[in-house]
Amino acid sequence: MAAEIAKPLPAPTLETRPYWEGCKRHELRIQRCRVCGRYQFYPRIYCAQCFDDRVEWVAASGRATVLSFTIVRRPVSPAFAGDVPYVVALVTLDEGPTMMTNIIGCEPEKVAIGMRVAVTFEDWNEEISIAKFRPA
Amino acid sequence: MGTESLKNKVAIVGAADTEVGVVPHLSATQLYVKAAKLALADAGITKDEVDGLITCISFVEPFMYHAEMIAEYMQIFPRYCMTAPSGGGTTLAIMHHAASAIATGMCDTVLITMADSQLSGLSRTKAIEAMSGAGHPQFERPYGPPIPAFYALLARAHEHAYGTTAAQRAAVAVACRKHAAMNPAAQMRKPITVEDVINSRMIADPLHLLDCSLVSDGGAAIVMTSAERARDFKTKPAYLLGTGEGHSHEHISEARSLTTSAAKEAGERAYAMAGLGPRDIDVAELYDCFTPVVIIELEDLGFCSKGEGGRFVEGGRIELGGELPVNTHGGLLSHCHPGHPGSMFSITEAVRQLRGECGPRQVSDAKVALVHAQGGIMSTHCTAIFGSERV
Ligand SMILES: [Zn+2]
Repeated sequence: MAAEIAKPLPAPTLETRPYWEGCKRHELRIQRCRVCGRYQFYPRIYCAQCFDDRVEWVAASGRATVLSFTIVRRPVSPAFAGDVPYVVALVTLDEGPTMMTNIIGCEPEKVAIGMRVAVTFEDWNEEISIAKFRPA
Repeated sequence: MGTESLKNKVAIVGAADTEVGVVPHLSATQLYVKAAKLALADAGITKDEVDGLITCISFVEPFMYHAEMIAEYMQIFPRYCMTAPSGGGTTLAIMHHAASAIATGMCDTVLITMADSQLSGLSRTKAIEAMSGAGHPQFERPYGPPIPAFYALLARAHEHAYGTTAAQRAAVAVACRKHAAMNPAAQMRKPITVEDVINSRMIADPLHLLDCSLVSDGGAAIVMTSAERARDFKTKPAYLLGTGEGHSHEHISEARSLTTSAAKEAGERAYAMAGLGPRDIDVAELYDCFTPVVIIELEDLGFCSKGEGGRFVEGGRIELGGELPVNTHGGLLSHCHPGHPGSMFSITEAVRQLRGECGPRQVSDAKVALVHAQGGIMSTHCTAIFGSERV
C-alpha cells in the first residue's frame, strides 16, 4: 500500500504514551485528578479543573453512552474507502469525559443517541491499537 | 469584564472581491494581490498609503511569513504586518485586530486581504483531505471523520434535542441559493428546492451534499481607517459599531456543548459594544459552511430562542423580503468558499448592502448589518456589527 493512502497512524508522545500502552493491552486508560477527583481525556500535564499536577492514570470502565453520531458515506481519504459506510461518534464515558470513536459491531442505522456502548480494540500494528465501541 | 469599545471609531472605506468560483488563471498569491488592488481602487487610494497589512495563510501557496510575503510582492512597507493563521472565525477576528490597531494608533490605514485557490490549486479531493487536518491527530483522525462528519455530529445532536428537521436545514441552503441567483458573481446560481437538498447524495448523515458549502477559488479585501479619516475617502463608510469574540474549544470532542456555541458570547459582546440588539439588525451574513451552523448561530445570536432555529428559517424568514435576510450574496453554500477567506465575502457583502449597491438583492433601507464567522468546528467565533451611520 502506498503511504499516501494509509490511515493516519497515531504517533504517541511523551504525554500520551500511557494511553497507547493501555490500548496495546486492550485497556482504556484515562486520567483522574487525585485532588478534585475529576476524570479527564485527552491526557494533560495538569487537571483541567483545579489545575493541580497530581493526575494519575487509571483504567476506565470502558462503558459509555452515545452523545452524537454520523454515518460517513464519503470517506475522508482513500484509506477509509473500504470502510464506508462507517459510524463516527462522540461517546461520553461513564467517568465523564467525551471521546471520538467509531461504533462497530452493528448496522450503522441501528446506532442512536443515548445508546449504551462498550469499548473494544482494533489492532492496527504491534504498537498501535485503536479504541472503538460496540453496543453494550 | 473589560470595557473595550471600538464603537464608532473605525470604518471600512474600501471593499472588493475578485472573481470567485473556478478561477484557474490566477494563482493563490495573485488572488491576494488582485483583491488588494480592487479594494484599494474602491477606496480611491494607492498602495503606498497602506501602513498596516493583514493576510490569512494560504493552503495552496503557504509562506512562513505570509503577510510579509504579500507586502514584499506588492512592494509596500507597512509598520503593522500580521498573518492570521487560519480559519473562518480568525478571518473575521482579524478585522477586530485591525480596528484595535487603528484605534491605538499602531497604523492609520489597514489593508486586509485574504484569498486562496482551493479548487484549482488543490483539487476538490485534496482540499477535502487537507481540511481534515482539523481533527486531533491521535484522538480524532484515526476514526476517519471528514469535515462534514464533524458538523453532522452537531446537526444530529440539535435534531435530537429540538426536533430540527432535514427540511429546515434545507431551507438554509435554499435561501442562500435564491440570493446567489440574484448575484452575478456567485459560483452556484441555479435555484434549488428543499426537495433538491433532501434528495441530494448523503455525505455524512444527516447532511446531504447540498447542506455542504462549496470548494472554490477567490479572494476579497477591505481597507479600514479611523472614522474621522473615513470622511476623506470617496466611498460611503461602513462604521464598526460593535464586535466581540468567543472561544470554546479546538476539537469537537472537547466542546462544552454540541448545540450551544461560543457565538453566544461573541454576539453578546458585540451587541453590548454597539448598544444594539438582534431586533436592530437589518441584514445578517452568517457563517454557513454547513446548513445546521446557520440554525445554531441564529439561536446563539439571539434572533430566536434556543431550539427555535429550525422553525425560524422556514417560510422565507431568512430570504430577501423576509424578517431577517441572511447571506444575501449566497454565502459559503452558493457564493463561494475558498477556505480561510470565507468570511471576508460576508464583510464585503455587508459593506455593499450598507452602501445600497446590491441591485436586485439589495435589502431595502439596510442600515445595520451583522456579520458572524466561526472557525474550527464551532470552535472560535467573532461577531461584528456595521452601520451606515454612527450610533
Ligand atoms: Zn483536579
